[in-house]
Amino acid sequence: MTGRPPLSSRLLCGAAGVAGLFCVMELAGRSGLIDPIVFPLASTVVSRAAALAADGEFLADVASTLGAWAAGLLIAVLVAVPTGFLLGTLPRVEAALRPVLEFLRPIPSVALIPLALLLFSDRFDMKVAVIVYAAWWPVLINTMYGLKDVDPLAKETLRSFGFGRMAVLWRVSLPSTAPFIATGVRLAAAIALILAISAELLAGGASGIGTFIIEAGGSPDALEYIIAATLWAGVIGVVSNGLFTLAERRLFHWHLARTEGAR
Amino acid sequence: MLEISNLTHTYGSGPGAHHALGGIDLRVTQGELVCIVGPSGCGKSTLLRSIAGLLKPTGGTITLGGTPVDRTPDDLAVVFQDYSRSLFPWMSVADNVALPLRRKGMDRGRRRAAAEEALEQVGLAGASGKYPWQLSGGMQQRVSIARALAYRPSLMLMDEPFGSVDAQTREDLEDLTLRVRNHHNMTILLITHDIDESVYVGDRVVVLAKAPATVVGDLRVDLPGPRDQITTRENPAFVHLRAEVGRLVRGMRSHPAAAS
Repeated sequence: MTGRPPLSSRLLCGAAGVAGLFCVMELAGRSGLIDPIVFPLASTVVSRAAALAADGEFLADVASTLGAWAAGLLIAVLVAVPTGFLLGTLPRVEAALRPVLEFLRPIPSVALIPLALLLFSDRFDMKVAVIVYAAWWPVLINTMYGLKDVDPLAKETLRSFGFGRMAVLWRVSLPSTAPFIATGVRLAAAIALILAISAELLAGGASGIGTFIIEAGGSPDALEYIIAATLWAGVIGVVSNGLFTLAERRLFHWHLARTEGAR
Repeated sequence: MLEISNLTHTYGSGPGAHHALGGIDLRVTQGELVCIVGPSGCGKSTLLRSIAGLLKPTGGTITLGGTPVDRTPDDLAVVFQDYSRSLFPWMSVADNVALPLRRKGMDRGRRRAAAEEALEQVGLAGASGKYPWQLSGGMQQRVSIARALAYRPSLMLMDEPFGSVDAQTREDLEDLTLRVRNHHNMTILLITHDIDESVYVGDRVVVLAKAPATVVGDLRVDLPGPRDQITTRENPAFVHLRAEVGRLVRGMRSHPAAAS
């Protein structure tokens, strides 16, 4: 706990930083350091972004991106956690699949978008498929890592009371891996958003933040729209990360209390 | 109630093999508190893990209440030295104590009541809603003892149970163990490397030699009860016994006067 300022003062510092950057950008534009025609004024971008928040068409695009994001993330978690447990508890299966995993993992997920385009005729399905693929890695890796971290003495304690393998898995391995899985999900959520928008940018499609950005390219105020929409993508990323962090702290306060106490 | 005959265990094989147990014979009768003492690394924990069914010994037999131990026996509980790792941090103190009772098919209400009762016996009546990591080391080990007590085992195994707490807490926990033993008439097998502790707590002290462990001494502790940290420890019989156990642990020949 020491060395870290309280949350309220950290929020204050953060807000000051954002405000400072805004002022610098605005001044650079107004003083002519950056030509407002080349790069719009900060105030123009913010007012454009505020207008977008009331724009039904843009909101539908946001909803579409978030829908694919949520669906992809959910499927990824539902597949990755059981797979992680399977690989973590059966060393032979893990040894057999490790080369495949090691080969696939370094491939940037974005590089698979053209392949996904060929495989899926529906754009939404394609988007979800790419998100599932990208998001399942951090969840899988964290689940396996968390399982390795389960204290053997905790498992032995339950065994000494006569509990079987499945009971030990359910009552010790799962709860003690849960904080690691949660961290994996938080990382996966950020990656899923990147992939959702990348897929929209590369493949177009009916709707989505990425689609909005592509289509805005044709309008006279293209730059303002593109930056304003990008700003919203950033806001969504920050808010989702904040919510996941908050949930982790609430659910796994025991994990935090222990790791911070050990320092 | 516990019979161990010619128990051997070897880790690994070939020239690198480690012979931990070299033929151990031991009988413990119902209601006895037997302390097993020996130098560190002598195979005490291997012996305990074999009795608990956590480890399959290479040779010999263990029977508990007449049935051979080939898996974890049903009415046995273990108190480990490392309470912070043995208690589950995601559960409240009461839930930790109540968890093993699921094995007994007790419903939620009865589990809860049994946990509260056990916690009261170890002097932690007010702590049931807390988390283990919010308690001091000594209190955490009390929770482990409560968890074992609530299970009402016929045999309680304790593996260096007071090795990670300060001297004052250690004395408190020794007295707590004696108190609950009298209350429940439980059979306890306590493993320790502390010679004074073995004599103070035990009805019998069994001394193991360095690995491969064998029984080199089996002494009955005839000290007047109830035992007390000050008067018992200054009793000439206590002083004599601890010297005797000390010699055996160090591998010296028994003192002639004690052989009688």
